[in-house]
Order: sequence, then structure tokens, then C-alpha cells
Amino acid sequence: MNFKEWENFKKGKWMSKIDVRDFIQNNYAPYDGDDSFLAGATDKTKKLWDDVLNLYEEERKNGGVLDADVKTPSAINAYEAGYIDKNLEEIVGLQTDAPLKRAIMPAGGIRIVEKSAESYGLKVDPQTDYIYRNLRKTHNDGVFSVYTPDIRAARSSHLITGLPDGYGRGRIIGDYRRVALYGIDALIEEKKAELDVINVDEFTEEIIREREEIADQIKALTDLKLMAEKYGLDISVPAKNAKEAVQWLYFGYLGAIKDQNGAAMSIGRNSTFLDIYFERDLKLGILNEEEAQEIIDHFIMKLRMVRFLRAPEYNALFSGDPVWVTESIGGMGIDGRTLVTKTSFRILHTLNTLGPAPEPNLTVLWSTHLPEGFKKFTTKLSIQTSSIQYENDDLMRETLGDDYAIACCVSAMRVGKQMQFFGARANLAKTLLYAINGGRDEISGKQITPKFEAITSEYLDYNEVMEKFDNMMEYVAKIYIKALNAIHYMHDKYSYEALEMALHDRNEDILRTMACGIAGLSVVADSLSAIKYAKVKTIRNEDGLVASYSVEGDFPKYGNDDDRVDSLAVNLVKTFLNKLQKHYTYRNSKHTLSVLTITSNVVYGKNTGSTPDGRKAGEPFGPGANPLHGRDKNGALAVLNTVAKLPYEYAEDGISYTFAITPATLGKTEDERVANLSNMLDGYFKKTGHHINVNVFDRSLLEDAMEHPEKYPQLTIRVSGYAVNFVKLTREQQLDVINRTIQERF
Amino acid sequence: MNQLTGRIHSLESFGTVDGPGIRYVIFMQGCSLKCKYCHNRDTWNLHSGTEITVNELVEKIEKYKPYILPNGGVTVTGGEPLLQAPFLIRLFKKLKEKNIPTAIDTSGMFDITNDIKELLSYTDLVLLDIKHIDDEKCKKLVGFSNKKELNFARYLSDNNIPVWIRQVIVPGITDDNEDLLKLKKFIESLKNVKKIELMPYHQLGKYKWEKLDLKYELEDVKTATSDDIKRVKKILEIK
Repeated sequence: MNFKEWENFKKGKWMSKIDVRDFIQNNYAPYDGDDSFLAGATDKTKKLWDDVLNLYEEERKNGGVLDADVKTPSAINAYEAGYIDKNLEEIVGLQTDAPLKRAIMPAGGIRIVEKSAESYGLKVDPQTDYIYRNLRKTHNDGVFSVYTPDIRAARSSHLITGLPDGYGRGRIIGDYRRVALYGIDALIEEKKAELDVINVDEFTEEIIREREEIADQIKALTDLKLMAEKYGLDISVPAKNAKEAVQWLYFGYLGAIKDQNGAAMSIGRNSTFLDIYFERDLKLGILNEEEAQEIIDHFIMKLRMVRFLRAPEYNALFSGDPVWVTESIGGMGIDGRTLVTKTSFRILHTLNTLGPAPEPNLTVLWSTHLPEGFKKFTTKLSIQTSSIQYENDDLMRETLGDDYAIACCVSAMRVGKQMQFFGARANLAKTLLYAINGGRDEISGKQITPKFEAITSEYLDYNEVMEKFDNMMEYVAKIYIKALNAIHYMHDKYSYEALEMALHDRNEDILRTMACGIAGLSVVADSLSAIKYAKVKTIRNEDGLVASYSVEGDFPKYGNDDDRVDSLAVNLVKTFLNKLQKHYTYRNSKHTLSVLTITSNVVYGKNTGSTPDGRKAGEPFGPGANPLHGRDKNGALAVLNTVAKLPYEYAEDGISYTFAITPATLGKTEDERVANLSNMLDGYFKKTGHHINVNVFDRSLLEDAMEHPEKYPQLTIRVSGYAVNFVKLTREQQLDVINRTIQERF
Repeated sequence: MNQLTGRIHSLESFGTVDGPGIRYVIFMQGCSLKCKYCHNRDTWNLHSGTEITVNELVEKIEKYKPYILPNGGVTVTGGEPLLQAPFLIRLFKKLKEKNIPTAIDTSGMFDITNDIKELLSYTDLVLLDIKHIDDEKCKKLVGFSNKKELNFARYLSDNNIPVWIRQVIVPGITDDNEDLLKLKKFIESLKNVKKIELMPYHQLGKYKWEKLDLKYELEDVKTATSDDIKRVKKILEIK
């Protein structure tokens, strides 16, 4: 391949085959300076952003959804071009033909689309409805046509929850950079070549599926080209400058979000790649810093406008309308050079030029070796905006190299070379209660699992509980993988992510993971600790079911850097992964595990009875790997040490910890706060912690925002793995955030 | 005297207000002063708290080394740490072996005994809380003369041990113009002062008195505002 658009780039093997990393490594300029080069927002940017803010306000007034097209099922090329203000936009492209107008994606499931529409006072067009109810089977139909009674029971009793069987699985990152670097035509040629390779004699089911998928991928790429044409742009060839590179890349992403309403639609790791184009233009003198920032600002604005039509139940799980447009920034290269560039700064700088926002989900890949200037810049922004999450690059680079990105909150994957089958999570706290009650639900009294022998003693015996718990985990792992296999088989069949997968390597080179998860880790660890170190008495209802517990005496609690209980949590993670690994996974995907609940810790808690640690029925779990609210008594670093003990090699899909601290507790002056946060992150990641959300605010600020939401339209906070507008959370979740331990001392 | 165990009130893994950087803070149990504004009233009793050995403590501290190095360290406060100097000698010796910086937060109301001399030789920083520069007012506020602490400050200066001077600003009690000028003069006579820290008086520790069924005498004293602090800073000519 050779293109005139590649002029001035350093040659490499990226020119003979698709290899974005090689292009980056040959061409990028590491930046170890500070933020003084940055420019502010241009007038054009300010004006355009005002327009967007007005649209936000209209959306809020309209009950959360501005408008939706309830007739045209979304597809890459389903809509005419749409604009906010054509004269102002440097980067163009909307999901439908108008800003913030949402689309329907019934291939995932028509019922959920109907429900979503209805909850906002809309009705799906009867003809569209008829087609998807009668003529075109959906992912949701597929899954439910094969679900077994045991899966259904585990699902409806909330033993296994949040499964993507009625919504898009998401968490697949297309390598959108390829669109900019190679142009669509070259990508299609590569896919055609792959088709030739699998033109084999034995037409097995696997080969047939693969050929069909590649054909779909080629069609998706072609559609993307047509979509871009509607905006008057020809993306069949590579981008020739920075503006085009951003535009081409964004078109790739835009196509993906027109094609899929995935739970998390992350965008990858783009700043270092894009920086090469910016540097080239700056050197050629055809771009200045203001213009560079303007392009980035307009790009980020688009990412802030991504919308999906979702049902209220979904919002209860993942509150605040998140889409997880996760952009991973920074990190180090395996050759020791930092991957931080000026454009890494520019993207983070949008928190200044446009103000704080939950999307895109800005994720800093932290290494203790990052340049000081960058560390200082990000921690300062964190303190000011609470909009950044951090993940341990030193840890992930070991297994994933230096061109991975985060999907959703904490799921790392090599860009264009790896994808995951998102598996939501199993409720481990409920699993423990089932172990005690022999598989009967502690709330409904129904027998959910096959009958196991229940515990009959008045006081719980640690060894007896552990034996039964182990059996119950065995059972849950089995049902869980069964459900996931069904879901992902059907998702591939009825709602295949053709465009995202078109922006991946050849099928045989892709690593697929079966990304399972657990909820209630700290509740279970504390429960087991209470049983082991204190005395836990069972309190039975008239039905003989243990409905609550009373704890006599004190016990070590998770979150205080106490090995007696922390080791219980570590063992849980290891044990559960091992149990999952016993089962066959769809497409021989690799079993992985996450400790991540997002905001669903509230819902899980609501659906789980009292637990042996003294937590009352209905009370929220700690989010992700957090301790239960208020149980961490030894200060911020003790919690970090506890969380850092959880073994990443057994939870490669990520371990999420959400941290909140008052400014005064972080240090006396701004400089001190910045230095302390930076040292804290260094320490936590040296201890092999995986992820941390950093929130810096006073409790009183949040309380005021609850009462006067109109005063805080941009107040952003980090919850488990993503950021939200605080005012968009349900009241229940707002209270959960406020009650969650905010580290404060005086 | 070879004190094997120390008596601590509590531990804080993420201290950011008692010395530079991130500090592992040890709140020692016991204090013989009677500061009316004390916000850790529950640390006075010499006999309560938990006993802990040097090894136990060092083991705990080591878990936080990645956070506290290179900028931070360990701070002992209280209570009054110098009441347990022999224990601290052994602790600080160990910490120095492990290259962990040490700091003591004290009133300095002590004679310079051999123990204290030895302890200070392992101390990287003293946070010296000058209770009141005026001797009479000092007696009234904390129950003791300030002579020893001013001597203590002099000793630190003579031996070139870095000091942060701390002064709690209690409106109407420690912020008198003349007193402040006197304080300024005293501080200027010391050659080892790296920083002067003003600590605005607050009532956040009041509940601890109430919990112990004790009368909080400063009930009617208002908390120090940022304007109060600005004024004091101007007089002391600090930023």
C-alpha cells in the first residue's frame, strides 16, 4: 500500500499490512512537558457548546429524552446527515438526522424498544413493530427460546443479574484509527483477502459462520463509506490531515453507535495516534494550537452527545444515561518511552474548555513512570472536576502490551485484536444465602436451585458454611456460563457487531474473553469473617427459612488492610474463577472475571436479604471492590491496600474501586493536594491495585446539588467505572453516593 | 528505661496535614496539658488506648511505604508523644534504618533529658505547637507555663533540627496584636524554622468532650474565619 496522504510519515511494516501500533511506534512524539502550551476554547467552540448546552436543557425539561425516531430501525446508513450548526462544526456526524434524537435498535429485542419508547411517551411505529414481532427474530427472542428453567429461575431471583439478554452486549472496541490511517477501501481489500484464506474444502459450521461474518463486515464498511458521503466526505482513502484524521476516526465510531446500542460503546486509545497527525500539520504550518484544540473540542462535543434509547429498568441498573465512550489516555510503551503526547493533554483539557462532563469516560492509564508534567496535569484536573478514572498501566502492560484500551469501566483489551463477551455478574452474597438456605430464596421462599441440604443449626459454623457455599458457587458458575453461552451465541446470530468486528484483525487472531463478574464481594468477605471470628446467630421465619442474622462480638472487616478478612476476599475471587473455568465457553473464549458493579450495587442490595455480616435486607452492597459503607475505619490508604490485594491475574476483566475524599483531607493547598494525589496513585499502583475512580468534593456540595439540581448541570462524579452527572442519578443513588464513605478528617 | 510497648490512641494511614507529603500518623495516647481548644480530648487519659510493640507498628507502617515515599513519612502526634520518648526512640531508630522520614508533633513542654536528646537525633522534623507566647495567658489556656517549650524551641534551633512552628488561632485568645508581634520576634530568633502553620480554631472536636461528659469551656468562642487568618498572616508576615 502507498498513499499520498502518508507523506512525511516514517515508513514501517504498517504500510504493508494493517498495523496501527507499528505506525504509532514509528511516528509518535512523546511529550514530557507541562500544560503551558495549551490553548483555550475558540469563539466558534464556545458558540457551538452553548448550542449543545441548550439542547441538554431541552432534553432535561423533556423528561430525559429530547426526541426519538420510532420508525426507522437504526443502521450505519439509515439516516440523512444531521447537524447542530453546520457552519460551526469542525467535526460532523450525528447518530440520527438531528442532535440528541435517539434511534431504535430492535435487532436486540423489540419488547425492550417498545418499553423504552413508552416510558418516554412514545410509541414504536406499528409497521416496524409488526416486522420485529413477526418477521424478523431478535437477539432477545433467540436467547429466550433456548433458556432452560434453571437459568430462568436464577435470573428472575436475581442470583445472576444484568445479563445482556435484552440489550446490546457492547464492550467491543473497533479500532477506529484504521479508518483514518488506511481508508475504507484498503480495509475492505484486507477483509476480502481473509475470505480467500478461508475458502477451504471442509465447509464446517465454523467456516460458514466466519464467511458470513466477514461478508457482513464488508457490507458494514461499504455502508460506512456511504454514510460519510452523505456528509460530503470520501473516506475510501486515508485521512490527509489532523482534521480529517479525527473526522474519519469519529465516523468509524459513529457507524458503530448507529449499528449497536451496546451497554458500553468505548472508543479506544486514540490520542497518541491522532497526535501524529497534529504534529505533522503543526510542523507544516497548516495548523496552530488554537485550531488543534478546536478540532479536539468539537470531537469531544460529539462524544458528549451520544444517546441511546433505554428502558427505566436499565437506568435503575446503570444510572445517569451512561454510554461509556471510554477513551484511554497515556501509559508507557514497552520500549520505555511514554505514550503521553500533546494530544493526550488536549483531550483532557476539554474538561477545561468545555467544562466537566461524564462522557467521554476519560481514563488515564497510570504508570509510576509517567512524566511528572502529565501526572500533575491529570491529578489537578481530577481534583477540580472529579471526571477522571485511573487504571494501572504497569500492571496491564505486562500481559496486554502497549496498545490496549479500556472498554466500559475496567475491561482492558488489545485494540483490534481482542474482544469480549460481556457477562454482567453473579450475586455472590445471594449465593451465600442460598448455601445457608439450601437453595431457597431468602425473600420469596421459592426453591431456586435444586434442593441442597440447608443449615439447621442456630449458630453458623464456619467450616459447614464454607463447604455448602463452595457447592453453591459450583452450581451458580455452571448456570451462569450456560446463560452466557446462550446469550453470546444469539447475539452473534441476530445482532452481530459487523462494523466493530470489521475494525479487528482476522478472526483467527482475535482473542475472545468470556467476561464474567461478581457482585457483593465485600458483603461476602465480611459475612465469612463474622462467621469465623464472631458468633453469628440465625433468625428463622415461620417457614424455617433463615431471614436474618444477629452478630455477637466484633470481627475483622474488609477495607481495613487486615489480612484475616482480606484473604477471604482474595480466595473468593480465585475460587469463583476456577469454578467458571470448569465449563465450556462459547467460541472457546477465555474465562475472565471482574469485580465491578457499576451503580447496580444499589439494585443488587435491594434484591438481597439480610446477610451474616449484619447488613440488613435491601441495603446496598459496596460498589465493585469497595468495602461496605462505613466499614473502613483506618483511613484511605488502608482501603487501597485491601483492594490492591485482590489478584488481578484472577480478575483480568478488572477490579473497580471508587474513592471519594474531601479537598481538605487531601491536603492544605492545591499544590499539596496535587502532589499527595499523585503520590497516592503511585503507591496504590505499586501495590498492584488495578483501578480507581477519584472524586474530590465536600459532602455539603452534593447535598446542595440534590436540593437544587438546576444549579449544577455539569456537576460530575465518578461512580463505579464511569462518571455521571450527579443530578441525573435517581434519588436513591444520590443518597448512596453521599452515604458512601467520603474520606474526611479534621 | 526501656519501654517495650507504646500506648496509642489510633492510627491514620493517609495523613496530609501533619507534615510534608503523605504521612502515616500515629496518635499517641496520653497528654498532661489541658488545652481548652483540644480537638482530641479523648487522647488525654494516660491509661486508656491500645498497647502496641515497635515491631507491630513498623510492620504496619511498612505496608504504606509506597505511598509515603519519597515526599512523606511518619508523624507521631497525640496526645503528647514525648510522654513516651523511650518507646519513640526505638520506633524512630527502626524507621531511620528503613529510610522512612520521621516527624513529631509536640507542645515541647519538656525538660531536655537524655531521652529527648536521643529521640531528637532520629527526628527529621518537629511540628512545634507554641501554645501561647505570653506566659500568663499560656497558663490560663493550657494549664502550664510556656518556659519549657520556648527552651525546647531554642534547643532545636541550637541543634539545627528542622521545625514547623504551629499556632492555633483562637479568636480573642491567641490572636492579640502584641502577642503576635512577640511571637514573630521569637520565631525570628530561631534559625531552623522551615514553615509557620496557622491552624484556625474550629469546634469540630467539641463532640468528643461531650461524649466524655465534660464541659467545653470555649463554647462561646467563635471559630477562626479566613479573614482572621489573613490578619494574623499579615502581622506575622507570612504567605
